[in-house]
Amino acid sequence: MVIIRIKGTVMIETLQKFSPAIVSHKMDLKLEAKTVNAFFGKTQALQNVSLSIEKNHVVAIIGPSGCGKSTFLRCLNRMHEVAGGTMNGTILLDGKDIHENDPVNLRRRVGMVFQKANPFPTMSIFDNVAAGLRLNGMAHNGHIAEIVERSLQQAALWNEVKDSLSKNGMSISGGQQQRLCIARALAVNPEVLLMDEPASALDPIPTAKIEELIYELKKDYTIIIVTHNMQQAARVSDETAFFYLGEIIEFDNTKKIFTAPSIKQTEDYVTGRFG
Amino acid sequence: MNVQVEQKIAFSILFLCTLLVVVPVLIILVIIFVKGAGALNLGFLFEMPTNGMTEGGIFPAILGTLYLVLGALFFAVPLGVLSAIYLVEYSQETVLSRIVKLAIVNLAGVPSVVYGLFGLGIFVLFLGFGASILSGSLTLGIMILPVIITSSREALESVPQSFRIVSLSLGASKWQTIRHSVLPHALPGILTGTILGIGRAAGETAPILFTVAAFYLPKLPQSMFDQTMALPYHLYVISTQVPGIPETIRYGTALVLLLLVLIMNLAAIILRYQFRRRKKW
Ligand SMILES: Nc1ncnc2c1ncn2[C@@H]1O[C@H](COP(=O)(O)OP(=O)(O)OP(=O)(O)O)[C@@H](O)[C@H]1O
Ligand SMILES: [Mg+2]
Repeated sequence: MVIIRIKGTVMIETLQKFSPAIVSHKMDLKLEAKTVNAFFGKTQALQNVSLSIEKNHVVAIIGPSGCGKSTFLRCLNRMHEVAGGTMNGTILLDGKDIHENDPVNLRRRVGMVFQKANPFPTMSIFDNVAAGLRLNGMAHNGHIAEIVERSLQQAALWNEVKDSLSKNGMSISGGQQQRLCIARALAVNPEVLLMDEPASALDPIPTAKIEELIYELKKDYTIIIVTHNMQQAARVSDETAFFYLGEIIEFDNTKKIFTAPSIKQTEDYVTGRFG
Repeated sequence: MNVQVEQKIAFSILFLCTLLVVVPVLIILVIIFVKGAGALNLGFLFEMPTNGMTEGGIFPAILGTLYLVLGALFFAVPLGVLSAIYLVEYSQETVLSRIVKLAIVNLAGVPSVVYGLFGLGIFVLFLGFGASILSGSLTLGIMILPVIITSSREALESVPQSFRIVSLSLGASKWQTIRHSVLPHALPGILTGTILGIGRAAGETAPILFTVAAFYLPKLPQSMFDQTMALPYHLYVISTQVPGIPETIRYGTALVLLLLVLIMNLAAIILRYQFRRRKKW
């Protein structure tokens, strides 16, 4: 616990030192949303959302319940249409419109971790991680065991489960299950990781683990994380977007959002005066 | 006190009614067992009937029922499971899909003799298959289709939505998702429906009456365009149409048919129970 705390502090300091510099560099954009509107039937869940996300950055999305955070995430990997919604506007991944290509390909590149840890309940730990590989026919390359180990290591779970890979995926703790789900998403080798409140059901210690993990993963992935926890957003993200009633109210450097937001609503929200 | 007496009376009436449901089933079972068990031996199961069906076994009827059940499954299972997959996984809630669902529910309520007449009209006469195993299998297949579709639909619907969502989010296609993340979990339920369908197909007389069943055949059917004897119709014949059949043969035949259906239903119940117990979501 102590170690984790210390690491957390170091992390924030590093982040504060370097983030402004990175922002002022030439931007290497991974994802761009341009005037995205999303609907469920006739109700509009997102309005004119525009957002640019740099490669290897962590972007936190905050905002009160029902403001469209999950909907926005689902637009990014086209799971919004699976949920029965429609959208318009443009979303670019590496400069290419995600709607011009097969959603199946897109989802391999843009992985997702859900709020509630949801390992496949009938599968072992190993099979859970391998599920994505097998599902989309990447299994035949014979490296499954290697990929499973690498993914579990990336998800900081390997040491805890390496002797019980054949145990059921539901037999481990909630925090471990969530990291298992992260490993499962990583196994198909995505470029972007979408996390919808990945730690909201967890106690402080597993939450800290996940945050630490996000910091590690950032080296290889671009991460967008929805969170209700202001401290968490402040700790893990480079930029923060504040959503309210389906619109982006403010999107800026995380430090700025939490110390000197330019819009009153943002300030009220991050200081806990509404929400 | 009054309340207690009232309660006792209500309880007794409920208990009696429940007993009344069980008693006839038990009586039927016991009578058939007692009177028919004497006939049961390998010869009875595996020999041809001889001497105007008054002696010998009932092998052709057993074999015929087996053919018919397999034939019915051959048509009904793929068709039923695939249309259930379509209804649950692909179709939107449109007027059309509601009409289809309504039709399936109603199909389950159609009297079996109507299926028999339908089979006679379509398969025997119109398509010219004649009275044959093919016509009988198709008719039975249509009769058990609603059972299979309904149980397959329920099985598919009971697979948690999150399995599909996770699978799709991992980059699996819709079909891969259905094939690998949904169907395996629905399989026990589908199997249960199939077994119930077998029980129903094996036991019904009316659908095979005009489409396949033969009164008596000296030899076994050679192809699917031949007629065949079948257990339920054979039982009807030896019980009502031919005088002088020994009672043990009649009850023995009934017992074989009953055991077949009971075993099938029992298998379905056990399977469903196992499925519920193993289910982890
Ligand atoms: N499947 C759905 N069908 C219809 N409306 C939906 C659906 N999912 C979400 N909505 C609506 O869209 C809006 C945005 O929902 P969304 O789930 O994106 O909010 P959220 O910001 O993630 O909230 P929370 O913090 O509670 O998770 C809400 O008004 C919600 O009622
Ligand atoms: Mg949400």
